[in-house]
Amino acid sequence: METYALLLASMLSSGTILAIAALGLLINEKAGVVNLGAEGLMLVAAIAGFAITVHTGSSWLGFLAGMAAGALLAAAFGYLVIWLNTNQYATGLALSLFGVGLSAFVGINYVQAKLPERIQYAIPVLGDLPLVGPALFRHHPLVYFAVALTFGLIWFLYRTRAGLVLRSVGESPESAHALGYPVRRIRFAAVIAGGALCGLAGAYLSEVYVGLWVENMVAGRGWIALALTTFATWRPLRVLLGAYLFGGVTQISFHLQTVGVNIPSQFLNMMPYVATIVVLALISRNPAFIRINMPASIGKPFYPGS
Amino acid sequence: MLKLEARPQLSRFWSYGSPILALCITVLIGMALFAALGKDPVKGLLVFFYEPIKNGYAIGELMVKATPLLIIAMGLAVCFRSNVWNIGAEGQYVVGAIAASWVALMADKSTGAWILPAIVLAGIAGGMLWASIAAVLRDKFNANEILVTLMLVYVALLLLNYVVTGPLKDPMGFNFPQSKNFEAVTQIPRLMKGSRVSIGLVIALFGAVALWIFLFRTRAGFAQQVGGLAPAAARYAGFSSRRAIWIALLTSGAAAGLAGSLEVAGPIGQLTAYLPAGYGFAAIIVAFVGRLHPVGMVFSALLMSMFYIGGELAQSRLGLPKSLTGVFQGLLLFTLLACDTLIAYRLRRSAAARQAPTQGTASLQASTPLTAQPAAIASEGGV
Repeated sequence: METYALLLASMLSSGTILAIAALGLLINEKAGVVNLGAEGLMLVAAIAGFAITVHTGSSWLGFLAGMAAGALLAAAFGYLVIWLNTNQYATGLALSLFGVGLSAFVGINYVQAKLPERIQYAIPVLGDLPLVGPALFRHHPLVYFAVALTFGLIWFLYRTRAGLVLRSVGESPESAHALGYPVRRIRFAAVIAGGALCGLAGAYLSEVYVGLWVENMVAGRGWIALALTTFATWRPLRVLLGAYLFGGVTQISFHLQTVGVNIPSQFLNMMPYVATIVVLALISRNPAFIRINMPASIGKPFYPGS
Repeated sequence: MLKLEARPQLSRFWSYGSPILALCITVLIGMALFAALGKDPVKGLLVFFYEPIKNGYAIGELMVKATPLLIIAMGLAVCFRSNVWNIGAEGQYVVGAIAASWVALMADKSTGAWILPAIVLAGIAGGMLWASIAAVLRDKFNANEILVTLMLVYVALLLLNYVVTGPLKDPMGFNFPQSKNFEAVTQIPRLMKGSRVSIGLVIALFGAVALWIFLFRTRAGFAQQVGGLAPAAARYAGFSSRRAIWIALLTSGAAAGLAGSLEVAGPIGQLTAYLPAGYGFAAIIVAFVGRLHPVGMVFSALLMSMFYIGGELAQSRLGLPKSLTGVFQGLLLFTLLACDTLIAYRLRRSAAARQAPTQGTASLQASTPLTAQPAAIASEGGV
């Protein structure tokens, strides 16, 4: 049973990366902007956070650095797609390719670097409970942050006026513009917020989850996070659960490798990617299902005054 | 204060000038980067842009790198013009190389030259197979091909890893993740002595001509492009969108697989875990910078291979990491997309209020000279 408790714990930890990134992407997709550069953003933030932590010894400064890096790159992306109206998919792809190159470039000096001693977090009383304790209550604060973020986003999007405006910008920017809302500024803010969260996820990956820098360490999680917002039909709680599910798939594949199952490790490592494809295919089968929940102006440029 | 003002019609001058401007900006940023890293920026510039072309051998090396880039990019051009986003060309390249290697390893000292076409066909088949997974999922399940092809890249890389450490591993290779060296008979013939350029270059150039004919002189090519520019019009005209998706994905998969087979049986000569060089992703940039036009892509393939070689030279001469190549390539695409705005907008130094733009470069094809439509069509649907 112990192993299952630890497996659950690792599932939550692994899922947190996807969850934070996917929630960030959800914010900008709700406003109508698709940021395909998530992978590049996460990589640059991962090396930024890692580097800052190595130099300052503080992982929290590292998280801030990661968020800043993510926000900065997202701002560049946002300027291009919102104010210059470039193709969102192409620009996001360019950002991804650039981020992969930049992170590899900067990360060269940090390949062998070590982080300061890892802190073991545990909630005082709850963390000592048998089984449930190690599974749920001995996590890094960001794991709990992901849950809080989910509920915070649900509240923000569906219970506040600002959230309503954001959603309306995503559904019909022309109407929002007619009502006098600064559509482009709102989209820009959403893109920056999304980029900051993707950055946070990247920094968490390099500083906490792995604790090392390896070139290309995000390993496709940015793309999986993008897929996740689609499967979860742009609802925060579904995103969180989906993230944990995918975190679980990754952990199960590792677990199977350690247990000594007779399948070559490479095929087990394929599981998260194959799972993404399978779920994507199943969910997309009914195009109406996705279209109902999809913010109507996703991917479309907005021209005020036309 | 600089303002953006919409042009009454798309600027043909900037359609050609934008990639050049983007290159200049990239070079400037690159020089600033060199200076920030404590290296001589002019030397860096020379290493990237002069060394790769300074003598015949260097030009040959340039062609060696440009060949796979051009072949993959031509397949991607068909795809992108049809508004099918095949981002997984890298995966199709790898699977093509695996298939080609499998055939190549079946040769022994007595095999005849027939093995060569078999290798190339195997590569094409492998690439098409890998792309067809995305095609079937898009066709039958409406799954977004961006994500499927991308996930398949990671699967392909893991598959490569498995194959070179398992079934195709060289039993006398000291456990390195590589296959046996291919027999001499399997090697793709070189174009001329003293250079590593293979006949793949000739294939690539023929392919460019064939692409031009397909896109601009055949009904099928026309149907593909209309499907990309105006899907509703295509439906009305009776062009099958399902067939367009299959043609697009199979063509680009075949091209990527072809490139993979030419690389693995040509310059490399064995299957290793280090095969993936990012050509599939760089080819996306080649396609965009070349405006999805065969002639443009020839030039942009040469440019991108200069970046590759420049990166390698920068590593050996200046002590900079090779990953600088990736930075430049991504930067080039980014600046290109930004500079493309000039096609649809003018910069005006005035206090005049920003006029309502009626078009933009949001549609990929809108920035292609002569195929631009005044009212750019935004892409349908989302991720």
